[in-house]
Amino acid sequence: MITLEKRPSPSRAWAWATPVLAVLLTMIAGGLMFALLGKDPVDAIRTIFWAPLFDPQFASYSRPQLLVKAGPLILIAVGLAMGFRAGIWNIGAEGQYIIGALFGAGVALAAYPSGSPLIFPTMIVAGALGGFLWAMIPALLRVFFNTNEILVSLLLVYVAEQFLAAMALGPMKNPEGGGFPGSRNLQQYDAASNLELLQGTGLHWGVVAAIVAVIFGHVMLTRHLMGFHIRLAGQAPRAARFGGVNPGRLVIFCLGLSGALAGLAGMFEVSGPAGQVSIDFNSGYGFTAIIVAFLGRLHPVGILLAGLLMALTYIGGELAQFMLGIPAAAIQAFQGMLLFFLLGVDVLTNFRIRIGARGTA
Amino acid sequence: MTTLFTADGLTKAYPGVVANDDVSFSVGPGEIHALLGENGAGKSTLVKTIFGLVKPDRGAMTLHGAPFAPADPSAARRAGVAMVFQHFSLFDALSVAENVGLGMENPPPLGRLARRITEVSREYGLPLDPSRRVGDLSAGERQRVEIVRCLLQDPKLLIMDEPTSVLTPQEVEILFRTLNQLSDEGTAILYISHKLDEIRTLCERATILRRGAVVATCRPSEASSAELAELMVGSALSRPERPAETPGGTILEVTGLTLPPASAFGTRLQDVSFTVGAGEILGIGGVAGNGQDELLAALSGEMPSAEGAIRLEGADIGRTGPRERRALGLLTGPEERLGHAAAPDMSLTENATLTGWQREELTRNGLIRWGRARDFAERIIAEFDVRTPGPDAAARALSGGNLQKFVIGREILQRPRVLVVNQPTWGVDAAAAAAIRQALLDLAREGSAVVVVSQDLDEILEVAGRFAALNGGRLSEPVPADGLTMERIGLMLGGAHDMEAAHAGAPHA
Repeated sequence: MITLEKRPSPSRAWAWATPVLAVLLTMIAGGLMFALLGKDPVDAIRTIFWAPLFDPQFASYSRPQLLVKAGPLILIAVGLAMGFRAGIWNIGAEGQYIIGALFGAGVALAAYPSGSPLIFPTMIVAGALGGFLWAMIPALLRVFFNTNEILVSLLLVYVAEQFLAAMALGPMKNPEGGGFPGSRNLQQYDAASNLELLQGTGLHWGVVAAIVAVIFGHVMLTRHLMGFHIRLAGQAPRAARFGGVNPGRLVIFCLGLSGALAGLAGMFEVSGPAGQVSIDFNSGYGFTAIIVAFLGRLHPVGILLAGLLMALTYIGGELAQFMLGIPAAAIQAFQGMLLFFLLGVDVLTNFRIRIGARGTA
Repeated sequence: MTTLFTADGLTKAYPGVVANDDVSFSVGPGEIHALLGENGAGKSTLVKTIFGLVKPDRGAMTLHGAPFAPADPSAARRAGVAMVFQHFSLFDALSVAENVGLGMENPPPLGRLARRITEVSREYGLPLDPSRRVGDLSAGERQRVEIVRCLLQDPKLLIMDEPTSVLTPQEVEILFRTLNQLSDEGTAILYISHKLDEIRTLCERATILRRGAVVATCRPSEASSAELAELMVGSALSRPERPAETPGGTILEVTGLTLPPASAFGTRLQDVSFTVGAGEILGIGGVAGNGQDELLAALSGEMPSAEGAIRLEGADIGRTGPRERRALGLLTGPEERLGHAAAPDMSLTENATLTGWQREELTRNGLIRWGRARDFAERIIAEFDVRTPGPDAAARALSGGNLQKFVIGREILQRPRVLVVNQPTWGVDAAAAAAIRQALLDLAREGSAVVVVSQDLDEILEVAGRFAALNGGRLSEPVPADGLTMERIGLMLGGAHDMEAAHAGAPHA
C-alpha cells in the first residue's frame, strides 16, 4: 500500500525540485497528447521550448518577445504573491491592469503634445495609483463589510473592461484616427513612450520595474517585518493576530500593493508594446499572472523564473500553432497541465511517500 | 482472585521511542485499577492497544480467559470494552441522544434511545436531558454523555482516560460514586490518571508505568502520595516554593469587563473585575469553556474591550491592540500552543520573533535582525531547557511540553510588567510543569504581576497568592489562597451542576 506521511518540517530540497519535476511531467504528458493528435511529440516540445530562443529562423523576432511578455507577468505576479502568502486573494489583477493603463494613458493624452520630461514619470505614478485605487474597492469592502475579495475583485475586471471600451470609443478616441476606435499611438509620442532600452532585447521600463519588484519583494519577505507578518497571517492567522498583526491593515496593504503593481504593468504596456488604448487592450496578463505566482512558489525569485517559462510557452505555443498546425486548445491544455502537475507534485514538499505495509496505526 | 483481563508482555515501539516495553498486568471483575504515570509514560498507548486502536508489536491479551486481540474499536466494544476519552468526541450542534447514537454499533430508534438514556442516567446518578444540544452543555455534562454512551453498551471493562481533569471537585465526587456503583455491579474500571490523591481514594490496585515499562504494582491506599510520586517520576520531585508575598501597588486593573462570546459556543464575559499587584500571582480557576478564552483575548488585546475596562499602571488600554499592550509590558501566553501561541510551520527563531520583536529590539527600520532573533531563541532554549535540535526546528516538531516551555519562556524573558497565562502546564510532564511554575514564581518575586488561568486547582494553589473562580463568564471575588479548602473552591466554581439532588434520589447513593 502507498501511504503519505507528513514530514516533520517542509523539505527545502523538494520545494525547489517540484517545479522542475512538474515541467518534466508536463513535457511527457503533453508529448503524449500531441502524439495522440498525430503530431511528432519531440518536434512539438522542441518548437515550444527551444525554437523561440535558438531557431535561426524565428529567434530574432521571438527572443525579444520573451521579455516583453514576461515583464508584466512577473510584475503582476510578485504583487499577487504577497497577498496569496497572507491568504488574501486578489483575482482581479486584470482589472487593475486595465485601470492603471487608462490612468497612465490619460496623463499622456491630456498632456499631448507637450514635450515635458515630467510626463513619463507622472504616467508611472498615475498608473500605479489607478491600479491601487481599483484594488481599494474590494479591500475596503472586505475590511468594512466583510465581503469576499475574491468575488469583488474578479467582478470588477468586467467593470474595468466596460470602462476600457467606453474610453476607447469615447473620451480617449484619437481625434485624428478617422473615426476608428482607439487612442493616439503613444509609441509615436516621444515624451510618453516606453521605448525598448536595448535594441533587439525587448527590454523596456516595465521589465526594469519587474526586476526591481522581484528584488524588493524578496527583501521584504525574508528580511522585513511586513513580510514576516504576511507569511505569519497566511500560515497561522490566530498566531498573527496574537502577534499584533492587524488583519484589516494587512488586507489594505496586500491588495493595494498588488493593485499598484498591476496598474504599473498596464501603464508600461499601453505606453510600450501595445501603444494605444483599444477596446481589446487587455490580453489576460492579470489572470496568467496568478498561474505564474503559484508556479514560482509565491517566491519572488521563483516568479522571475516562472514568468520567463510561462512567456516561453506562450511564444512557443503560438509558434507551434502556425508551424505544426497544433490547435490552440491543445496549447492551452498544455499550459493547464503545467499548473496541474505543479500543484500535484507540491504534496512532496510536505509529505513523503511510503510504499509498503503501514508501519504504525 | 479471578481475573477478567490480562495483558502479557505487551510491547509497542514507535520510531525513536519504545512506548510500551513488556507490559503485563491483570484486572479482576469489578476491580477499579489505576494506570499511573507521567505524560509520555505509555499509558495512552497501552489503553489504545486494549481498545483496538494500536496493534502491539509483541505480547498478548486475554479477556474472560480467552485470547483477546481486537482489530479495531468496534471489535473491542463488541467484546465488552468501552472507553471514555480525555478529549470528548462529540458534535456541538447535535443533541445528546444523536451524539450517543452516533457512537453506538447498532443504535436503536431515537425515541427509544432517548428513553434508555434517561433510564441509565437516572440509575447511575448522571442526569442528562437527551434532547439538549451538546454545545450548550458544561464539560462535566459532556463527560456524562460519553459515560452514558459507554454504559448503554453494558461494558465489562470501562477505560477512563484522565476523567477528572475537566471536573469541579463536587463533580469528581459524584463521578467516583458512579464508578463505585459500577464496580459493585461487577464492571471493571481501568482508571488512568496522574492525580495521586484520587487514585488513593478510588482505586484498589495500581500499575505504575515509567518510560513505557511497569515499575511497580501496589495498593495505592497503603502507599503515601510521595511514595507513588517517586515511583512514577523515578526521583523525588521538588515542589516549587512559594515565598510569602508582599504585593506592591496595583499594576493591572480590570473593571466591569463585558465581552460577547468569541465563537458560537463561547461564553459571554460578564462584569469581570479584578486587580493584580506587583509581585503577586492571581490564580483564576474554572472548568474550560467558562470564559477563559474570552478573558485571555480581552487581556492580550486580540479582542478590544470598552474604554476604561482595562488599566495598566493607571493607563487606559481597553481599546488598544496586542502591539501597544506588549510595548507597555502586558504579555500573554494563550492555551493553544500550535496555531495561536506559535506558528506550527515556522522555525523557533521566527516564533521567538512573533512576540519578541518589540521588547527585544529584533528589528531596525522595519528590517528584522535575524541574528539577534536567533540569539533570543537560543537564550529561551538554554534557559528553559527546551529539548530541540536547535532554533531552526519547526515549532510543530517539538513535543507539547517542550513547545510550552518555549512559549512561556519567550514571554518571561521579555521581563513583563504583567504576564497572563492560560493553562501553562496543560499536557506537560511533571518535571517541566514544576519548572514552568517555578519560573512564574520567580517572575513574581522580581516584581511582575502574574495571572495564572488554569483548570488544575492543585497548580493554582501551588503558585497563587489569591484565587478567583471563573464560572459562566462571571468572576468571583478574589480571596486569599491560603486556607482554601477544595470544597470551598468547588462551590466557588459553581458546584456540581445540579448533580447532588440527582444522586440523593438515586437508589445506590
